[in-house]
Amino acid sequence: MTTVSETATSPHSAMAGDAAPMVSIRGVSKSFGTNEVLRDIDLTVNKSEVVCLIGPSGSGKSTLLRCVNFLEVYDRGEIRIEGKLVGYTEETPRRRLSNRDLRSLRRNVGMVFQQFNLWPHMTALENVAEALVQVRGMDKAAAGAHARRMLDRVGLAAKADSYPARLSGGQQQRVAIARVIAMEPHLMLFDEPTSALDPELVGEVLQVMRDLAADGMTMVVVTHEMGFAANVADKVAFLDHGRIAAFGTPREVFHESTEPRVQQFLQTYHERNSF
Amino acid sequence: MDRGFAGIEGPSMKFSVIIDALPHLLGAAVTTVWVSLLGVLLGQVIGLAVCVARQSGGRAADMAGGVYVSFFRGVPLLIQLLLIYYMLPLIGIDVPPLVASIAALGLASGAYVSEIYRGALNAVPHGQSEAALALGFPDRSIWTRILLPQAFRISVPALVNELILLLKASSLISVVGVAELTRTSQTISAANYRPLEIYLAAGVIYLAINGALALFGTLVERRLQQA
Repeated sequence: MTTVSETATSPHSAMAGDAAPMVSIRGVSKSFGTNEVLRDIDLTVNKSEVVCLIGPSGSGKSTLLRCVNFLEVYDRGEIRIEGKLVGYTEETPRRRLSNRDLRSLRRNVGMVFQQFNLWPHMTALENVAEALVQVRGMDKAAAGAHARRMLDRVGLAAKADSYPARLSGGQQQRVAIARVIAMEPHLMLFDEPTSALDPELVGEVLQVMRDLAADGMTMVVVTHEMGFAANVADKVAFLDHGRIAAFGTPREVFHESTEPRVQQFLQTYHERNSF
Repeated sequence: MDRGFAGIEGPSMKFSVIIDALPHLLGAAVTTVWVSLLGVLLGQVIGLAVCVARQSGGRAADMAGGVYVSFFRGVPLLIQLLLIYYMLPLIGIDVPPLVASIAALGLASGAYVSEIYRGALNAVPHGQSEAALALGFPDRSIWTRILLPQAFRISVPALVNELILLLKASSLISVVGVAELTRTSQTISAANYRPLEIYLAAGVIYLAINGALALFGTLVERRLQQA
């Protein structure tokens, strides 16, 4: 149930190509100054799996997620996406990847943020089409047509010409998801995608995420939505003080874990959500 | 006898003097406007380049930019103007006063504009560029498509302010002999001994130009807000 750090500690354990898991995190640690925010994290995400990262605030969930696409730099250990080392070269001692290599890695990894981060000076359609033009080099017309299909997929075709300020939080987050799936990523990272939303808007975003999961998208989701974690996730990792304190299927973590910190966390969660 | 002190002891203002001088004053005002616009344009280019270089060009670029900003913000424009005007011939560059003036205005304005853009860039939330980074945007696209358009919107009021300040500061180039509005007013009033009327007219012309600029700024702001 707790993660197994006794497997795979060899730095050369990663496989390449199709056999490699979508994400493989081995012995990853990170400090902000003297504050150790991630301690020796091991985690594997297989293709088409949905893995939820849960735990109290400050436990390191978001930091771990942001290390996966190297928005956050990890100090020790290694993270591999489809066998490719994230952020560093393969040589020893390793060096930081060039911006160009980092970009090509990030092209296959989509990220959805808590604050949506839509670009306010562009319409919904332009928000989705922009990366297709800037990153994939599509011409404007093709990008626009593709973007329109993506907006349709998240149920917002009618809002294509609206600026973000005119959209509800839930709609903005769905546009942000459309912006990511337009790039056809192999992996999607969600950083508390519903935490900034009014309660009545959470459902529409979770529904889009459920649809993505059903389509076989590999997803790593930092969330406080225990219902989503319980019903949609294949695996749940409970983080506490920068460690994975519990890992397993939702049933194993939510119902069978004897880990006191998990039980305490769930207890607090239930109390807060009962009335 | 009475001519020598006409400006002070004249019994009343003679508005006919203004009418006579108006064609000259308006012609000079046109010079003021286009010299200022060229100065502002140059200042925009320099300011933007300095700002981007300081933010993304490493320590050396940041320090060079810092020296530039502190010099051109810290030395009075009049002194800068005279320095440029007298220094360029020394190093073998013989420039007409007009070119020296536009260069001085542009360099001074660039220092302020780079700080305006720096402030505006700081006001763009970090998540804006992070979203682009996560999608794999090249740095250049992040600047041109995400950061600068937003920074520009934020800085429009400050830029209009800068434009107005610069237009007024352009009166200083009269000292190197450019026949703009202030210089022309001096020349005319030295000839007709009617400084009060002429400077009053010049002041009204400055006011009108800046009123138009302020109005233009408001329109731009309103236009951008609609988006």
